Amino acid sequence: MSGTYLGMPAFPRAARDAVRDTTLRGNLRHATHTIRDKRARAVAELADWQELRAAGKAIKDRTLRHLDHYLVRLEEAVTAAGGTVHWAADAAEANAIVTYLVKATGESEVVKVKSMATQEIGLNEALEAEGIRAYETDLAELIVQLGEDRPSHILVPAIHRNRAEIRDIFDQEMGRWGRPAPEGLSDSPAELAEAARLHLREKFLRAKVGISGANFMVAETGTLVVVESEGNGRMCLTLPETLISVVGIEKVVPTWQDLEVFLQLLPRSSTAERMNPYTSTWTGTTDSDGPQNFHLVLLDNGRTDTLADEVGRQALRCIRCSACLNVCPVYERAGGHAYGSVYPGPIGAILSPQLRGTASEIDASLPYASSLCGACYEVCPVAIDIPEVLVHLRERVVQGGEVTRNGVKVTLRPAKGHAAERAAMRAARWALDHPGALRAGQRLASRTRRLHPKRLPGPGRAWTDTRTLPEVPEESFRDWWQRTRGGDR
Amino acid sequence: MNSSRERVLARVRRALADVPREERPRDHRVERGYLRAHGERTVEETTALLAENLADYRAVVHRTRASGLPDLIARLLERHGSRSVLVPPGLPAPWTAACHATRVDDLAASTPHELDAVDSVVTGCAVAIAETGTLVLDGGPGQGRRRITLVPDHHICVVRVPEQVVDSVPLALERLDPTRPLTWISGPSATSDIELDRVEGVHGPRTLEVVLVEADPAGATDENP
Repeated sequence: MSGTYLGMPAFPRAARDAVRDTTLRGNLRHATHTIRDKRARAVAELADWQELRAAGKAIKDRTLRHLDHYLVRLEEAVTAAGGTVHWAADAAEANAIVTYLVKATGESEVVKVKSMATQEIGLNEALEAEGIRAYETDLAELIVQLGEDRPSHILVPAIHRNRAEIRDIFDQEMGRWGRPAPEGLSDSPAELAEAARLHLREKFLRAKVGISGANFMVAETGTLVVVESEGNGRMCLTLPETLISVVGIEKVVPTWQDLEVFLQLLPRSSTAERMNPYTSTWTGTTDSDGPQNFHLVLLDNGRTDTLADEVGRQALRCIRCSACLNVCPVYERAGGHAYGSVYPGPIGAILSPQLRGTASEIDASLPYASSLCGACYEVCPVAIDIPEVLVHLRERVVQGGEVTRNGVKVTLRPAKGHAAERAAMRAARWALDHPGALRAGQRLASRTRRLHPKRLPGPGRAWTDTRTLPEVPEESFRDWWQRTRGGDR
Repeated sequence: MNSSRERVLARVRRALADVPREERPRDHRVERGYLRAHGERTVEETTALLAENLADYRAVVHRTRASGLPDLIARLLERHGSRSVLVPPGLPAPWTAACHATRVDDLAASTPHELDAVDSVVTGCAVAIAETGTLVLDGGPGQGRRRITLVPDHHICVVRVPEQVVDSVPLALERLDPTRPLTWISGPSATSDIELDRVEGVHGPRTLEVVLVEADPAGATDENP
C-alpha cells in the first residue's frame, strides 16, 4: 500500500538505530526544545487559549459528524466560484487525476508547495513515472528532495540535517536539477537560503502548473487556505496558469468565521509565532489575478475508515501543527524516520495505523511507540486525546476486532507477535481466579528465588532485553500480612 | 470520476452510523467563549502595538501624516537604491508624486520575468491586525494583483491609521470578503528550516517597509514634517 516506506522495519528496530546516531539526537534535541519553549511563550500570550482550544475541537467535531453535508456544500461553493472538484477514494485515484490534469496542460514539470497529502499518496513518484518532474519549493523539502532523503518532521522536514550536511547536498545536487549552487558556498543559513532562492526562482518564473495542499477549506464559501513562511507557497499559488490542490476530506471547516479560531491556534502551536509570515486564501478563480484554472482533488485514502472508528475518529481533527512531536520524549530520541510514514511522532502513531490499517509490521508497532506520558494531549490545539487512541489501537492489535478497511467492515485477527503476551495474560487470569494455586505458586517462587535467571527464556526474552527482571521477594505480601496483620503482630 | 464521489460520500455516511439521524450540524454545540480581542486599548495603543509587532518580525516601520507621505516614500525608494517602482492601478497618485524612480504599471499582460526586473513595489492594504503584526491585502484599489507584492524584493505598504487597523484576528475576518483572494503578510519572507536559525527573504520580498499614515489635523496647512 502506498505511504508505507518499503522494507521499513517495525518501530522498535528503526528507533534502536536512530538512538545510536549521536548527531541526529543532538539535532533533534536542539530543535524540539527550541520550538517547545518558544511555543509555550506564544501560547501564554493568549489568556483565552483553553477557550480557543475547546472551540477548535468542537468545530472539528461538528464537521466530522456531518462530513457528507459539508463536503457537498464545499463542492457547490468551489464550483460556483469557477473551480473544478474531483473525488479520489485512494492514492492511486488521486495520482491518476493529477497526472491526467497535468498532461492536459501539455507541461512536463510542476512546482509544488509542501503538502503532507501529496507525500502520503506518493504523488512525486507517480508523476515521475509518467515523465513529469515535480519540484519541491519549500526550503526543507528541497533539502530532502535533493538529498534523496525522507522528511522527518511535519513542520521542519529536514530537521535531522545540520548546516554542513545541507551545504554538501546543495553543492553536489543542485546542478542536476537546475541552477547549480554558487561557487564557494559556505554553510551559513543566510547563504544557503540565498542559494535556494536563486535555484528556485528560475522555476517559479517559468512554471505553468502549481500543485498544493491546503490547511483549511471553508464549506460555506469554497475558500482554500494555505499557511506558510517563505513565499514559495504564494509563488506556486499565484504565478502558474493552472493550480491543482490535493486536500484530505477532513480539512474542511464549516464557515469563514471558523478561521478566526484556527488562524490563532495553528501559528502559535506550530512555529510558535503570533502569525506566520504568509497566509493565502483563494476562492475558485479570479479574473486576471492568479491561476485561471483551479482543480480541487478531495482525498479519502483511509480517512473514512478512520472516521468509522468512534474512538480513533478524533485523529481527523489534526491540523498538522506538529506541537505533539516537539514535546514527545520518544520522538525526541527516535527521530521521524523511525515511524516509517509521512506522519511521524505521536500523531503519526495514531494516524498512520488508522489510515493504512495494522496489517504491516511497522503499522502494528506504531501504537506502541509511546510512553503514554500524555504531553502530546496537553499541547494539542484541538485536544486530540492521543494516549486514549494509542491504548485503543493497542487493544485492536492484540485482541483484534471489527474495523473498517476501504469502506468495508472486517474483523481483524489478533496480531501474531502478541501470542505470548496473550498466553501470559490468560495464565494470570486463571491464577488470580484460583487463590490456592496462586498462593502455592508464590511460595514456590520465593523459595526458588536464588535460582531465577536474570533474563527470561523463550518468547519472554525480548521483554528482558530492554528491562531488568523484577526480583521475587523472600515472602509474598499475603504471607507477610498473615504473619504480621500489617505490622500489628 | 463521478463514481468515486458517490463511493466516498457513501463511506462517510456509513462511517457516521453512530450519529443520530435527526442530528443537524448546528445541534453539535460550538461554544465561542474565546475573546474577540485580547485587552482593551485606546486607538493610539492599538497603533503602537501594530508597530511593535511588525518590527518584532523585522518589518521596518515608519509613521507620518498624509501630507508627509509622498516625500517619505520617495526617500525610502532612494535609500533602497530603487530605480524602478511597481504601481498598482488605483494607488493614489500623490503617494508616488515625489519619486524619482521610474514608475511601472501593474498590467495583466506583464510576465513574471518582467516583474522580477522591478526594484520596489508600493501598495496600500485592506486591514492590519495589531495583535499579530499582520497586513492583509485583498486586491482592492491601490493593492493590485497578488503577484506584485511577491516578486519584487522590496515592498512598501501604506496603512491608514486608525481606520484600517483592528486589534485581533476575529475582528479582521469580519471585515474581509472571502470571495476576494487575500494575502496576509506578517513581516518579510522568512525560513527557519536550517537548524531553526531564522533567515529573512527566501522567496518573497526580503525587505518589508510599513508606513503608518495618519490624516493631517483638521485645518492644518499642507506642510512637510
